[in-house]
Amino acid sequence: MKTIYFNKFYKSFNILSGILIIASIVFLVFKGLNFGVDFKGGTLIELRTDKSSANITKIRDSFNQMNLGDVSVKNFGNETDFVVKFEKQNSNDPKFIEEIKTKLSNSIGNVDFRRVENVGPKVSAELLRSGVIAIALSLAAMLLYIWIRFEWQFSLGAILALFHDVIITLGVFSVFSLEINLSIVAAVLTIVGYSMNDTVVIFDRVRENLRKYADVKIFELTNISINETLSRTIITSVTTLLALLSIFIFGGEILKGFSLAMILGVIFGTYSSIYIANPVLVSLKVSQRTIVKEEKE
Amino acid sequence: MLYFSKLRVFSVLIFTLIISYFTISNFTNVDDEFFSKNIKLGLDLQGGSYLLLEIDNEPVITQRLQSKVLEFKKFFKDKDIKVRNFVIEDKSIIFDVENSKIEDVKSLLDDDKSEINPYFQQYKSHQFNFENMDTSFKLEFSDYGLVLLKNSSLDQAIEIVRRRVDEVGTNEPNILKRGNDRILVELPGLDDPGRIKSLLGKTANLTFQFISSSSEESFGTEKLSFEDGSSEAIVSKRIVLSGDNLMDAKPTMNNQTNETVVSFSLDRVGAKKFGKATSNGVGKRLAIVLDGKIISAPEVREPIIGGNGQISGNFTFQSATDLALLLRSGALPAPLNIIEERTVGPDLGKDSINAGIMSLIIGFILVVAFMFYKYRFFGLIANLALISNLFLLVGILTLFEATLTLPGIAGIILTVGMAVDANVLIFERIKEELKNENNSIVAFDSGYTKSRTTILDANITTLIAAVILFFMGSGPIKGFSITLGVGILTTLFSVYFIARLITAYYVIKNKHKEKLI
Repeated sequence: MKTIYFNKFYKSFNILSGILIIASIVFLVFKGLNFGVDFKGGTLIELRTDKSSANITKIRDSFNQMNLGDVSVKNFGNETDFVVKFEKQNSNDPKFIEEIKTKLSNSIGNVDFRRVENVGPKVSAELLRSGVIAIALSLAAMLLYIWIRFEWQFSLGAILALFHDVIITLGVFSVFSLEINLSIVAAVLTIVGYSMNDTVVIFDRVRENLRKYADVKIFELTNISINETLSRTIITSVTTLLALLSIFIFGGEILKGFSLAMILGVIFGTYSSIYIANPVLVSLKVSQRTIVKEEKE
Repeated sequence: MLYFSKLRVFSVLIFTLIISYFTISNFTNVDDEFFSKNIKLGLDLQGGSYLLLEIDNEPVITQRLQSKVLEFKKFFKDKDIKVRNFVIEDKSIIFDVENSKIEDVKSLLDDDKSEINPYFQQYKSHQFNFENMDTSFKLEFSDYGLVLLKNSSLDQAIEIVRRRVDEVGTNEPNILKRGNDRILVELPGLDDPGRIKSLLGKTANLTFQFISSSSEESFGTEKLSFEDGSSEAIVSKRIVLSGDNLMDAKPTMNNQTNETVVSFSLDRVGAKKFGKATSNGVGKRLAIVLDGKIISAPEVREPIIGGNGQISGNFTFQSATDLALLLRSGALPAPLNIIEERTVGPDLGKDSINAGIMSLIIGFILVVAFMFYKYRFFGLIANLALISNLFLLVGILTLFEATLTLPGIAGIILTVGMAVDANVLIFERIKEELKNENNSIVAFDSGYTKSRTTILDANITTLIAAVILFFMGSGPIKGFSITLGVGILTTLFSVYFIARLITAYYVIKNKHKEKLI
């Protein structure tokens, strides 16, 4: 296969990534994330209306009259399905949901509550905390693993690539106000695993080539390694994306955000394995001595 | 890497067949319990309610401190130590001791074998921590004392919750402890948890107290309102009888008034107490108080001696049934708050299953077609490995009766997408090796050997993510981490045993053929 000179673009893509990361952080800090009921507390109701005459405005109006705090109504898949979220949550009142249902039926006709989620403030705070801990823990575990298996230069490259993927994926969620819930945390963790997987494959080859060619500069060497593993990188990304697209399109509304986060993560993960992880090795001047020295110790 | 002993081939086949059997058992009906295992569906797929309850332990702590004060009074009296000014304040007991006995009291409280401040010998921590200032002592529950108290109230509460849920008769409820003050209740198939919530939300403390005519009662009085909020009444604090003495309760019709009532029967002690109180109280009104609200306050017309009685109070048949159920199952040690609730209707669950299976089939076909397009014959080998991988994955989930959730199905689909990675790594490596090596057996062998560490590294990283998710996640997410994690293990098995076996067989047969892969 023809060699592609990925290394020519290290600089320009690093600048692009830098811009994307800064933009993501700006959005995360100033716009923030759209936390769902899991992390913010409150109530979520997925409902199906009898006829298509019920529209968002009508539903929002009738919920607004019930004094439930901030209400948001969204279409959910079918045109008869809606998701309603509001701040108030009162699980201790057993009639809370029933009364909402009665009032709603009076104004828009027969409705079916397909899903009700009611999360108290204490639980949502705990869920948020454990989500953040889980992501931090997985990053730390990856760092540790790669440190044991490779030299520190490699582990720095891999971790930077991971941060890159996680931050930009969250940045996209912030820009488009997509909802962050428990399944997004699961998706982010899987992204961490996938991106690592991709980086490790290239790094393994870099290490192997470092042993093989003493006189090739790391700048060239990373490019050789990327090219040698390129068809695998593409095939695996394609099969993974095929599976994820199938979930995104056919898996129902509940898995939409989850699969979208993962699709973004796979794309960024594949990109960062090439354009973040490798340039780090170049700028840290990794050479044959880096790994020979380690092996002697 | 291409050599397989006969025994190995045999054991791989047997293992694969046995596990795959359990996949198929999901779709068959066999009578035997072990052989007819089915994968368990999570609440998000079969529909149902998930409730997380938290005990409000404040009243239990106050209660325990009150009874501890009585214990202290008696204990010091027996030891001939004068103590006074007992106060319960801010979850602690404060009292004064006469000057000459301060050291005695200290040593009594601090002794490893202390009777009044126990637990030290078992747990290396006393029940109470104490502070001493001059003649005043301040006692507070130690961390351990608090843990033991919470655990015992949780144990009691979970028992009562179980009884109440069982009485309602839902389908296979799942009731579990969470930490030391929470109870998780899972109710499969229940799409309207309203009734269960109202049953669990009541402490169901039942007492009988006389309505007071004069405000000078030796026990003191309290003002309570009626259940329907219509009026208030002044009630003596003296408890004639409590729900503890109840043996049975059921809803019945009162033939005279044609009203639904709850009739109850008392145990022997209760019957005696009730008989005595009603004999002395003919003509007075007896308030029936549930959780601090008066249900009704009928006049005692004659002594009630047999230990049977009725509670009236504008009941519907449903509300009488529920009250009887609450009284039968007993009072909770403390109020329970529902802090998280998730309910999925059965038809949404069914839709989710269908969508999940649909996307699994389509994702599978896409990946299989792509692999065949890319690798032709070796694509078929990879696809065979993929199919056996799926059978193994579902089989293991079934065998261990893991819970399958919607994200869990997504995990299976993701496994399909990522599982081919290992075979791709191997095939690509073999292609490289074949460029410099004419002997195809040697090339295949070193292709497998050289890709091995990479494959392990790559899979271990995903496994780490899955393990962390398993421990940090809850409910549906846990289901995802299980399928993802088990999927990695079955992937490695199917690649290294099944695909490699077929590859080895094929390569050895066709070693002289040009362009094998």
